[in-house]
Amino acid sequence: MPEKKIRVLIAKPGLDGHDRGAKIIARALRDAGMEVVYTGLRQTPEMIASAAVQEDVDVIGLSILSGAHNTICPQLMKLLHDKGMNDVTVLVGGIIPEADIPALKQSGIAEIFLPGTSTQDIVDFIHKRVALS
Amino acid sequence: MSMSERYKGTTQAAPPAETSSVDRAPSAKEQDWEKNTLRPALEKKPERQPEFTTISGYPIRRLYTKADLPNWDPDRDLGFPGKPPYTRGIHSTMHRSQLWTMRQFAGFGTAEDTNQRFRYLLAQGQTGLSTAFDLPTLMGYDSDHALSEGEVGKCGVAISSLADMEVLFDKIPLANVTTSMTINSPAAIIWAMYLAVAEKQGADWKKLSGTLQNDILKEYIAQKEYIYPPEPSMRLVIDTFEFGVKNTPKFNPISISGYHIREAGSTAIQELAFTLRDGMEYVEWGMRRGLDVDQFVPQLSFFFNAHNDFFEEIAKYRAARRIWHKAMVKRYKSTNPRSWALRFHTQTAGCSLTAQQPYNNVVRTAIQALAAVLGGTQSLHTNSLDEAWALPTEFAATIALRTQQIIAHETGVTSTVDPLGGSYFVETLTNEIERGAWEYIERIDAMGGMVAAIERSYPQREIAEASYRYQVAVDKKEKIIVGVNDFASEEKPLEVLQIDETVARRQAERLRKLRADRSQAEVARRLNSLRAAAQGKDNLMPFIYDAVKSYATLGEICDALRDVFGTYEEVAIT
Repeated sequence: MPEKKIRVLIAKPGLDGHDRGAKIIARALRDAGMEVVYTGLRQTPEMIASAAVQEDVDVIGLSILSGAHNTICPQLMKLLHDKGMNDVTVLVGGIIPEADIPALKQSGIAEIFLPGTSTQDIVDFIHKRVALS
Repeated sequence: MSMSERYKGTTQAAPPAETSSVDRAPSAKEQDWEKNTLRPALEKKPERQPEFTTISGYPIRRLYTKADLPNWDPDRDLGFPGKPPYTRGIHSTMHRSQLWTMRQFAGFGTAEDTNQRFRYLLAQGQTGLSTAFDLPTLMGYDSDHALSEGEVGKCGVAISSLADMEVLFDKIPLANVTTSMTINSPAAIIWAMYLAVAEKQGADWKKLSGTLQNDILKEYIAQKEYIYPPEPSMRLVIDTFEFGVKNTPKFNPISISGYHIREAGSTAIQELAFTLRDGMEYVEWGMRRGLDVDQFVPQLSFFFNAHNDFFEEIAKYRAARRIWHKAMVKRYKSTNPRSWALRFHTQTAGCSLTAQQPYNNVVRTAIQALAAVLGGTQSLHTNSLDEAWALPTEFAATIALRTQQIIAHETGVTSTVDPLGGSYFVETLTNEIERGAWEYIERIDAMGGMVAAIERSYPQREIAEASYRYQVAVDKKEKIIVGVNDFASEEKPLEVLQIDETVARRQAERLRKLRADRSQAEVARRLNSLRAAAQGKDNLMPFIYDAVKSYATLGEICDALRDVFGTYEEVAIT
């Protein structure tokens, strides 16, 4: 039987429209053999949490460049918890000041990928993480 | 194989002009050099890479000679500065008479915070203002809207009404300071607020000088800050052109922008082609409105990126001027030289900045800025070293401004016009970039124009392809980014600007007070008139201006137009 593919939701929360990173990651993960769903722009935490349930994903990747991460991430983590999605791995990529990273990890974000991260590092992280769970 | 053949039956073609179109016929001396000097040298020591390409992936030859310019006619292709085809610049003396405007983009927090930064920058010798708005403002939401949560004052200044705008330009004489505003979908509304402040200051609208970005096409293509569908959005843009011709003859109602297209990952040729084709789209829509080309086109301005690849960028600016001249004269039968000369602002490439070893960004920015100056820019923004982390601190913003001042006053590059003119390499690259851009432009013409091309996601897809190709090259280390995929080192974290988290609360309080103090009946009356006008064909600027003056908020005005125009959702492609 073929191995089950890792399912990933790439989401772009907030009002920002800069989607270069989100699209590159979506494509790189797909090229690495994962099933990727891209939400498109301007998703609220509620929309992202519902899409994660509906698509039954293993991983959610959030692309945030606007500085709204401290508002968006805790809201999403709470919604996922309320929906019983405690196993989903949530990753953030984008412009995140180092000072904000500990609190985001505290809220349950598994990893934060800053500008300059290679797509291979993200693929490797997901493989390792999903294999463990 | 010609480009059009290469494109047939595919939507994911490589960018045009991958290879030189020139059939080289090297001179006897060049052939002799190749045989007797080059070959032995290569046998002894091969070159570092099998192929050299620009950052856009465009192949670069080892050496350029006159064999690369077989049909090149300096009188026709180069000309003289201030004269068609403007390859060498739009003014005869260029930076010898007037330096470019040093225009640093700034905006964060509340109107008070940004007003202070503006006054600081002017005191430091900056010669023009440029306003960055926060995302709620850019998307037409008030600071207290639910979707604004977490975003107020973060990426720029929060402006929800004329009251905020009055604070933003407090003690800044708009009659004397040229002001640029980076706003697109709600541009007409923000412009009306600016005009209302100018009126209050007693400034003569006819003398106001500055630029509204107002380029909605590149929003659908690249930056994605759109509200309404293309058709009504274009109507709003043309309304500002028409209003500007009559009321603000020195103000640029648009800055047709390649910057964001490049930041989204395009090649240099794509940036140039899509931007200029956008420009042509605006010209055509203006003409369809019945405007006289030579009345409104002189007010259109452009905005390009300055990326890392030094010569490619310089060639891009030179090619831009040549293409625009050709388009205006041949396609639109313009007879006014003021319509032919492409004026542009440049910003160094934000996407080239690295979070790692951020002080290296000062060097990158300096080199990019130098390319813009050698390419003949009219105004320039240099990015700050900390912008891969956050909005710039005052310390970082000052170094960015000083970078321009050093180029202007210490390097000597401003002493002569177009110092690279006549270089075999730069002239060949200028020709090739122009050729590649025309191929894209004609392809978009064949689709029925830029709005039609956008609706079928053509430019969006071309950019996504180019951006992915570049990422793969970086991941494979075919392209080196110092401090990122090579030459990495341990470093100390940078001190970055923190946006005061009380901004949203203060803005919400100000809005509450505004709504309590104004005449609700007047606001409702003005919004109803706007709604009614939007259903018809009248120019909406006067209606927007009246609504703004009644202190209707940005969100309320945008909502009135949402009621009539609806909103736009793109087809997400990955």
